[in-house]
Amino acid sequence: MKADNAEILKEFTPEAIEILDKVIDKFKGKPGGLIPALEEVQVALGCLPVSVQKRIAAGLHIPVSRVYGVVTFYSFFTMMPRGKHTVRACMGTACYVKGGKAVVEAIEKEFHVKEGQTTADRLFTFETVRCIGACGLAPAVIVNEDVHGGVKPSEVKGILSKYN
Amino acid sequence: MEEPMIGSIPTMQEIPFFAHQKLRVLRNRGIIDPGKIEEYIARDGYLGLAKALTEMTPAEIIKEVTASGLRGRGGAGFPTGLKWQFCSQSKGDVKYVLCNADEGDPGAFMDRSVLEADPHAVLEGMVIAARAIGAHYGYIYCRAEYPLAIHQLNIAIAQARECGLLGKDILGTGFDFDLEIYQGAGAFVCGEETALMTSIEGKRGMPRPRPPFPAVAGLWGKPSVLNNVETFASVAQIVLKGAAWYASVGTEKSKGTKVFALTGDVNNVGLVEVPMGTTLRTIVYEIGGGIPGGKKFKAAQLGGPSGGCIPAEHLDASVDYEKVAELGAIMGSGGLIVMNEDKCIVDIARFFIDFCQDESCGKCTPCREGTKRMLQILTGITEGKGREGDIELLQEMAVIIKNSSLCGLGQTAPNPILSTIRYFRDEYEAHIREGRCPAGVCTALKRYTVDAEKCTGCGVCAKVCPTKAAKGEKKQPHEIDQATCIKCGVCMEKCKFEAIFVN
Repeated sequence: MKADNAEILKEFTPEAIEILDKVIDKFKGKPGGLIPALEEVQVALGCLPVSVQKRIAAGLHIPVSRVYGVVTFYSFFTMMPRGKHTVRACMGTACYVKGGKAVVEAIEKEFHVKEGQTTADRLFTFETVRCIGACGLAPAVIVNEDVHGGVKPSEVKGILSKYN
Repeated sequence: MEEPMIGSIPTMQEIPFFAHQKLRVLRNRGIIDPGKIEEYIARDGYLGLAKALTEMTPAEIIKEVTASGLRGRGGAGFPTGLKWQFCSQSKGDVKYVLCNADEGDPGAFMDRSVLEADPHAVLEGMVIAARAIGAHYGYIYCRAEYPLAIHQLNIAIAQARECGLLGKDILGTGFDFDLEIYQGAGAFVCGEETALMTSIEGKRGMPRPRPPFPAVAGLWGKPSVLNNVETFASVAQIVLKGAAWYASVGTEKSKGTKVFALTGDVNNVGLVEVPMGTTLRTIVYEIGGGIPGGKKFKAAQLGGPSGGCIPAEHLDASVDYEKVAELGAIMGSGGLIVMNEDKCIVDIARFFIDFCQDESCGKCTPCREGTKRMLQILTGITEGKGREGDIELLQEMAVIIKNSSLCGLGQTAPNPILSTIRYFRDEYEAHIREGRCPAGVCTALKRYTVDAEKCTGCGVCAKVCPTKAAKGEKKQPHEIDQATCIKCGVCMEKCKFEAIFVN
């Protein structure tokens, strides 16, 4: 366990590791507990790099390959550190029909990021999502938990300037 | 200040948006506070459960639900009563009731709305289902993108437990049932029943072959019933008011009401609940208030990535499971996206197949490789690289993918392509043969042209053109060189004389 600690300590503080171990304890032995455990860890630590996956696998007594398999299967999980704010542009059908693509292009141009990337200053992580169920507000952009509806490409800069 | 004219304010029944709706699943929307169980109970909430537990045997519950004609509202339309009956006949002490709240279909949000506005209706339906099949534990599989729904559900579950409506010895009848929420992690395929169960088991959410069907061997190999949010939300009222009441609206084979998420190019967007069999025209024009900006109706997309487009000539078709399937779409979970004449049908088909190939779990080859190839062909067509025979190839592949894919995702992924070829073949042909996008959407096929009669030769287009494709002598009509034009459209945007048009 000591060698593992050295690896994980390079990326996380002892406090963060303590939270991680608490989550592992909570789901130990619970059938189907892996996905909820990963969800909680990701919220607490921000991402799920290999060092964290190894610790979870050891704690839950399952192979690392299974943890890695699950992390890479679901779009909610990420192995890369994320920006302070998550910007999600909806590309569901209604948003697409109402000009979501132009909004995505505006964000990419304004912040020099592509989908799935984080800005150089680590302020924003940009993603596209498949429908958040706010089709009445199409096209929608979600910043953290705030939903912005009827977004025009020209408004992108103004909306995001409020987050810093 | 003028006195408000009471007489001039229309009642709800005088407003077409409301008048054509029949609220059953959505009956409590906006009327009760979803955070207060008392308000749900005041609207006859949990009376259906009380009746099911104290006056009916499990067999009687199943009989009532079967007689009501309720069919799975998740999209496939399998008779709910029959599903319950199969599961009740499966042997085993441990059974599960699962609620599918993984509403992944883009453009659909009825399940979210029901969970947020009336969570107890879903819980009540699940307890009744549990009683019918003899289950004592359940899960609600809700997608992580719906935090408010999860929040409301947690409140509702805690209140129901406190009132003795969930947990041990429900209503003092000796029947035990409890449930928990399982938060999905973002995979469209997990809306497929076997994939959903694999996901709850903590694995990669991949579907498995059927048989054995979940009613025999579902979650952790135990007999399970999985129904959609809207289906469960219909159950309590069926038990309380009877099968005949439920079946009093609808068509011969599709009973009751259906909630649609009406979105896209339509004036009134939102959730609408209408009797099965209502025509598409009523939904789009009466309830939806028609198309904004005086544009023409082109098609309605039903059923999301598994569905298809219904064109203007079938606006008077009755919307029920059979008719919609006959027209090449599916009822689906109820996403109804209206498209006006400015939408390119090939681009829409490409959008859906892009979605499906992205969300394909990769387990079976026809879906994994087939959707990818179809996407390549469609992308080619939208970029002006379509070839003669592409349409026939797409049709041939579609049939093979439908017949040989493992689960519903692959089996329905080609539907948007097949239905758009069926009704809008001429648009595909225009792209392939003439290199022309009739709706002017596909960027690579756009041609910006100068109307020599309107052009005053002011030179603005030449000044703003980033590639110097727009050029001409001062005060003479300008021209755009198609070879160097990058179709950015800035010339058209800046032209004060509307002399530049796109075709």
